[in-house]
Amino acid sequence: MIEIIKRTNIDFMKKRYIAFAVSGVLSLIGILAIVAIARGTANLGIDFAGGTAVQVKFDKAVTLHQVRTALETNGIKGADLQDFPSVKKVMIVLKKAGEHTSSSTSSTASIEKGLSDKVIEALTKGFPDNKIIVDSISEIGPKVGKRLRVDALWAVIASAIGILIYVGWRFQFSFSLGATVATFHDVLAVLGFFYITGLEINLILLTALLTIAGYSLTDTVVVFDRIRENMKVLLKESIDSLINRSINEVLSRTLITSLTVLLASIALFIFGGEVLHDFALAMILGVLVATYSSIFVASPVVLLWSGEKTFTKKH
Amino acid sequence: MKKNIKWRFTLIALAIVASIIALLPNTPIYKSMNKAYRDYMPDKGIILGLDLQGGIYLVFEVEGGKAVQLNAKRIAGSINKLLSKKETKAEATANGTEITIVPASVEIRKVVEDAYPTLVVSESDGRLIYTLSEKEIRSIKENAVDQALETIRNRIDQFGVAEPVIQRQGDGEIVVQLPGVKDPKRAIDLIGKTAQLEFKIVDDESKLAAELPASVKPADEEELISKIKEKIPEDSEVLFERYMNMETGEVTKRPYLLKKDAIFTGEFLSEARVAIDSRFNSPYISVTFNPEGAKLFEELTGKYVKKRMAIILDGNVYSAPVIQERISGGSAQISGSYSMEEAKDLAIVLRAGSLPAPVILQQNITVGPSLGEDSIEAGKRTAIVAFIMVALFMAVYYRLAGVIADFALVLNIVFLLGAMAAMNATLTMPGIAGIVLAIGMAVDTNVLMFERMRDEIKLGKTPRAAVDSGYDKAFLTIVDSHVTTLITAAVLFQFGTGPIKGFAVTLSIGIAINLFTSLIGTKAVFDYINSSKEVKDLSI
Repeated sequence: MIEIIKRTNIDFMKKRYIAFAVSGVLSLIGILAIVAIARGTANLGIDFAGGTAVQVKFDKAVTLHQVRTALETNGIKGADLQDFPSVKKVMIVLKKAGEHTSSSTSSTASIEKGLSDKVIEALTKGFPDNKIIVDSISEIGPKVGKRLRVDALWAVIASAIGILIYVGWRFQFSFSLGATVATFHDVLAVLGFFYITGLEINLILLTALLTIAGYSLTDTVVVFDRIRENMKVLLKESIDSLINRSINEVLSRTLITSLTVLLASIALFIFGGEVLHDFALAMILGVLVATYSSIFVASPVVLLWSGEKTFTKKH
Repeated sequence: MKKNIKWRFTLIALAIVASIIALLPNTPIYKSMNKAYRDYMPDKGIILGLDLQGGIYLVFEVEGGKAVQLNAKRIAGSINKLLSKKETKAEATANGTEITIVPASVEIRKVVEDAYPTLVVSESDGRLIYTLSEKEIRSIKENAVDQALETIRNRIDQFGVAEPVIQRQGDGEIVVQLPGVKDPKRAIDLIGKTAQLEFKIVDDESKLAAELPASVKPADEEELISKIKEKIPEDSEVLFERYMNMETGEVTKRPYLLKKDAIFTGEFLSEARVAIDSRFNSPYISVTFNPEGAKLFEELTGKYVKKRMAIILDGNVYSAPVIQERISGGSAQISGSYSMEEAKDLAIVLRAGSLPAPVILQQNITVGPSLGEDSIEAGKRTAIVAFIMVALFMAVYYRLAGVIADFALVLNIVFLLGAMAAMNATLTMPGIAGIVLAIGMAVDTNVLMFERMRDEIKLGKTPRAAVDSGYDKAFLTIVDSHVTTLITAAVLFQFGTGPIKGFAVTLSIGIAINLFTSLIGTKAVFDYINSSKEVKDLSI
């Protein structure tokens, strides 16, 4: 049989302090991202912030600079541009109603009427010898944005509670704690990545984050199940060597299960088109960090909580 | 044992057949099938979401507060009629949700409260203040949304869209989904128009009337209003008529000083259609009133002969002809500066009736047909690439067992699509992502079992024993590792909007089906291999 890794004997638990430092930094960035979202300084997508987005497909390739010039000479300022050069598409994002053109009425209760038309008009004027196809228009009023933010918050709370209940029911306390810490760690790490790279934090990222939260447990459960199983047989072994042994025993399946999902996510990233681009990126990062955390976060937390004795003494 | 295997294979075969039948409507075969057969077949299959087939998704907010104000105004009007019949000098005026009557007296209270027993009254400084009760305000708002929904449905029916979805959402919002609409702007205008038709008398007697300029540029509208604000009489207002020069295309606005109170409204309208004025070859709209309206219109035009009557739709003056004589027969013409297409849409909104209150567009997601096609292409390509990569890996790494897992993976995809078709689920772009992820996660189940079997084989067990205990021992791990993903998928289904819901659907069905195919499907294959002869070496 082919084996990615032969039977290993790595002392994972010894490296836990390095892992704690790395994970601490990752989680901290994630927490900063949440603070920034709450304060409204993060790069929120228009689905949360409200605003207008227009995606157009050009017949001939254009540069973002040309697009910006075309928009600005026609009086549209402050646009965020996103480029998909391989398909000659550009996404023009104008956040929050009423700030981009001088003549617009300052009505904040609804979406800015006609802004998307102005964008399309500006591009048609700016690129007279280029054919422009409007792929999509999204206009989101502040009220909808607010509702989507509230819904998103509830979704996060509901999934957290759901996962906590399930994990708490299936495992004894130290394991539930480890699994929970690892799950939050993974979500925070991916969110933090999107925050510091300035990528948009939107509904589709939230979907990816919740999916990661659900998936994060897959690898953790595999390790935990083996620890539990070994606990019943190897009564006298110390906790850290028991955890090490278990992780080493299931290391290949931990990596392979992640690998198959990673393959699927990479396919999405490369071929999924601009709509799923960020989603796929989040999934790739999520799978990687979930694999890392199942070894270096979840189990060490169990160890930390239980102390370096044997499990049997604990109960 | 053998019987048991047969039974399991039969179950799988049945599931495959059922899936294929459910999916038939999504294949070209379906169209070429005889109608007699088609009657016995499912007719919808998987529905493509707006993001894949192109179309518009709109959320309108009904301004319930405005409906309440209009209602208060109407009640004030009726009270005034009642009061004038009783020959009192009292007058009722509406202000927001309040109706104030000056002066207050016991008789007036009796008259009003007999007619409107639900109004809440308070008395101070010799004036009576009536307010609508909370319950009434709620019911007015509620009715406004229902009516708006009905009107919008009517307009869309007349506009002609295949399979529109029009429904209420939450508190006072209306969601409109129009698949495949080519001209989103026109559709939005058509739905969003309040279509409040009013007839008002031009106030030519005021001094200000002579001072108004003949026309202003559209941009200077507000400036003009602020300049003359002080001079506008209390019972009058200034509205504009849009005028387009047909040759130059230049748009100008002509101001009118009008009496605020509408003498007649569109509520009496029974029919509206487009006609062509043969003199100028330009379209106009011919409106017909119901018998009650016809009678009232005749009275009013008799009363205001030789005065100018402005015809106003949603606050814009369309024309202001002089009433030459009493108009009987109950019809009128609305001419103005508009194109044939605009005239047609105006006729539709007039016919379908006005909205009980203005609606505000809160969300507009328009997806062009080209993006939909691109997305479907990208989705197909991604699914195929993901499948090949995962399947290849499994076959190489686990050899025969991997091939069995791949067979289960194919079943997974067939069942997933079949289940979606049977449920008439909507496939969206994130939904495709869900399918792709499900492909990656589906084989995880097999990986966990195979690794378990390898453990057992290393311990020296026979292949059959290894398979059995591999399945048994991996079972709980598999369930545990999938349940949490199902939990978050369920949450996404509950809180997500259209496309996200699509993701939750495909991912959760994918995982549920995965449990079936790996626990029943692959196990049956292994048992079959083990039962045919004593296998010495398991290819895993």
